[in-house]
Amino acid sequence: MFRRVLGKTLGFLGYTVQYGCIAHCAFEYIGEFVACSGPSMEPTITSHDVVFSERLSRHLCRIEKGDIVIAKSPFDPHMNICKRVIGLEGDKICTSGPSDVFKTHQYPRLPQPTLRPAISLKPITVPKGHVWLEGDNLRNSTDSRSYGPVPYALIRGRVCLKLWPPHNFGALNQSPTGRIVKRSD
Amino acid sequence: MAQQAGAGRRYVRAFVSGFFVAVPVTVTVLDRFAYVARVEGASMQPSLNPEGNVTGSDVVLLNRWSVRNYQVRRGDIVSVLSPKNPQQKIIKRVIALEGDFIKTLGYKNRYLKVPDGHFWIEGDHHGHSLDSNSFGPALRTPWRARCSVKCCVWCSHGVSLGLVHGRASHIIWPPNRWQRIEPSIPPERMPLLNWHADATEDEEKD
Repeated sequence: MFRRVLGKTLGFLGYTVQYGCIAHCAFEYIGEFVACSGPSMEPTITSHDVVFSERLSRHLCRIEKGDIVIAKSPFDPHMNICKRVIGLEGDKICTSGPSDVFKTHQYPRLPQPTLRPAISLKPITVPKGHVWLEGDNLRNSTDSRSYGPVPYALIRGRVCLKLWPPHNFGALNQSPTGRIVKRSD
Repeated sequence: MAQQAGAGRRYVRAFVSGFFVAVPVTVTVLDRFAYVARVEGASMQPSLNPEGNVTGSDVVLLNRWSVRNYQVRRGDIVSVLSPKNPQQKIIKRVIALEGDFIKTLGYKNRYLKVPDGHFWIEGDHHGHSLDSNSFGPALRTPWRARCSVKCCVWCSHGVSLGLVHGRASHIIWPPNRWQRIEPSIPPERMPLLNWHADATEDEEKD
């Protein structure tokens, strides 16, 4: 009697471990569901939308310009950020703020939200192994314009499908800001 | 004939079911708990690879469970994802955490406060190491394991908390170097003070 109970418990544990591991592999290597919050990606993604982010592109290093990615926040690893990739390594980005923002570790504050950020004359080159992220809602987004380029290794996955709300189900739109850097040689 | 076909099908089924147990469990263990990696390069001498590649590189056990919440201590040897190359991992010692003031070796600002969410890593062999002194504070983020960890000379960039990958807890090869790796900072590289610490903690550090 005791042996049967023990056997059943062990069997149950075994199945739990096995399916837990399969779930881990699925979420780690295939994709995961993400609930977004915040206004920085409006109108493409609004607060409380649920999206599906796939992990394969990140593992195979196939993230491209214009992709919306989920990444770990550079200043708080427990938080994730959802932004669009504007430039890859080697691209020159025109942005507001001091052009030597990475050399001094003094990240500039964003200008007032009501003003359009001015474009500075000195472009920043995205260093090797990094990407430049910006939100679609430029007036209300804390992104690479304030904390600099983000290491590629911090990217978790690429958002490929919007799942909720149902009337917006489907693929995501192109960047409305026109900030994607053209191919640089 | 039918018996052989039946036996063959049984073996295939056993193999497939075994495969779907073994592979996810192994991958999960390597991703979540610990993995083993060979250390290449000389930037962590004399702690790791004291004789270079002549007598064989050290193999270390990297603990991923202990860094799942990005908790590292000063003096730990950690593997981090390289900010310069996302498919490479580098292994270095943690010198300072967020809020610490440190004196840098050869980096532009001689005295630097480590920003929030970042930490400062250095190789033990200062003449031979590209580390935070070249690239600024490091990002720490956990990620997937590979079999070989390079600790060679390397370029400059900030390193953030999100990039931390694992903490080296033991050297497991060669057998004459079996040991537990204890956290320790060279006394001349200790952080000067911590922005967030109380005055009493600063006194203890001195």
